[in-house]
Amino acid sequence: MRDEYDVVVVGAGPGGSIAARTAAEECDVLLIEKRQEIGSPVRCAEGVKKTGLQKFIQPDEKWIAGEPECARIYSPDGTMVELSEALSQALVGSEVGYVLERKLFDRELAKSAARAGAHVMVRTRATGLIIKDDVVQGVKINRLGEDFDIRAKVVIGADGVESKVGRWAGINTTLKLKDIGSCAQYYMTNVDASEDYCDFYLGSPVQGGYAWVFPKGDKTANIGLGVVASRLNGKRSIDYLDEFVSKIFPEGQPVELVMGAVPVSDELKSTIANGLMLVGDAAHHCDPLTGGGVINAMEGGKIAGDVARKAVRENDAATKVLTEYETTWRASFGKKLKRNYKVKEFFIRLSDEELNKLARSIQGAKIEEMTSAGLLKHLLKANPKLLLGIRHLL
Amino acid sequence: MITVNIERCGHCGACVAVCPTNSIELIESCLRIGDTCTTCATCVTVCPVGALTAEGEP
Repeated sequence: MRDEYDVVVVGAGPGGSIAARTAAEECDVLLIEKRQEIGSPVRCAEGVKKTGLQKFIQPDEKWIAGEPECARIYSPDGTMVELSEALSQALVGSEVGYVLERKLFDRELAKSAARAGAHVMVRTRATGLIIKDDVVQGVKINRLGEDFDIRAKVVIGADGVESKVGRWAGINTTLKLKDIGSCAQYYMTNVDASEDYCDFYLGSPVQGGYAWVFPKGDKTANIGLGVVASRLNGKRSIDYLDEFVSKIFPEGQPVELVMGAVPVSDELKSTIANGLMLVGDAAHHCDPLTGGGVINAMEGGKIAGDVARKAVRENDAATKVLTEYETTWRASFGKKLKRNYKVKEFFIRLSDEELNKLARSIQGAKIEEMTSAGLLKHLLKANPKLLLGIRHLL
Repeated sequence: MITVNIERCGHCGACVAVCPTNSIELIESCLRIGDTCTTCATCVTVCPVGALTAEGEP
């Protein structure tokens, strides 16, 4: 086995594969995945923004299960707020959603990394870093039970919410219970969900989180929920999910049970070390308000891949060089992460009655932006007093 | 001590993400609790299916 590469990427999710693909255009790249099958098991609600995705891959019906055009948000008493982009499409371009088939999508991205020249290994786990003189110089791996040392000029840690790579390099990525969403989801059939809508349910019984219904066609949908772990109140996410499903879709039958966790934290102080960059969930690049992480992971992966190329070209991967990764992602999607963390911290404290009041205040309003910022603008206008605490964020 | 109910564990990695002593390792469908575990039970709270139980002393 080859024991030296320019770049080693740990984890073949969307962030890792895009990082590997980008770096492989110029460097020798190894992409490792600890699971035996890239893309499976799925740990995702699978909803993404169209425009965000199209920057990285040509949409293919093979891995697109649904294309809902609108979103509906329900407050605890059932008041519904509709966000539609249909009317504004002609003006601002389409930003409506895809519901992905992540199993196939992740494989496609890994294949694109391989086509760009990256070597890929599955059932290959990082067990530690090779660190000398405070510089990450490679990865210790275990492939099918055998240990190897792989030296690299740059290591990219894209090893997900359970990331170890950062912690091995001294970056504390451990999540506090108030900063992690504990999630459970069924992919269900016999579900009478509209294929045109993504639905979101706020408030009781899911306080400190939300439930979602994302349609995947043919009377199927991802029905799941996430609760901030510090607000579980002694119950498990799956208990809340079973309660929710029996109320909303009593006829639904599960085809798959998905469990997962999502970082909903404030930004990390650092996502780099000498010779190392963190990408995606490993870097807490999920949106803390929505929990969406796929597009940010790919954005971060692209930036990390570009910076890795530069570091290899200049034969210098010290933090001085890798700082470009840090400043670029913060200037790009970092600003939104920072804002949405504060918005989340505010909204999570609202009572059912306050959520109902907010929903009623904009009921019937034409909100033609299917984004959290578009919704917030309308809410602020109608509830300046209740939302005083987040006014400065917009 | 933390014990894992393998009939419940969904191998999602939530417990690994919150472990303050980095004592948990997820390898495919196998969850290993290392001997640096202090039985703080943070992992017990976060688990979406309640697969982890804290018992007695560390």
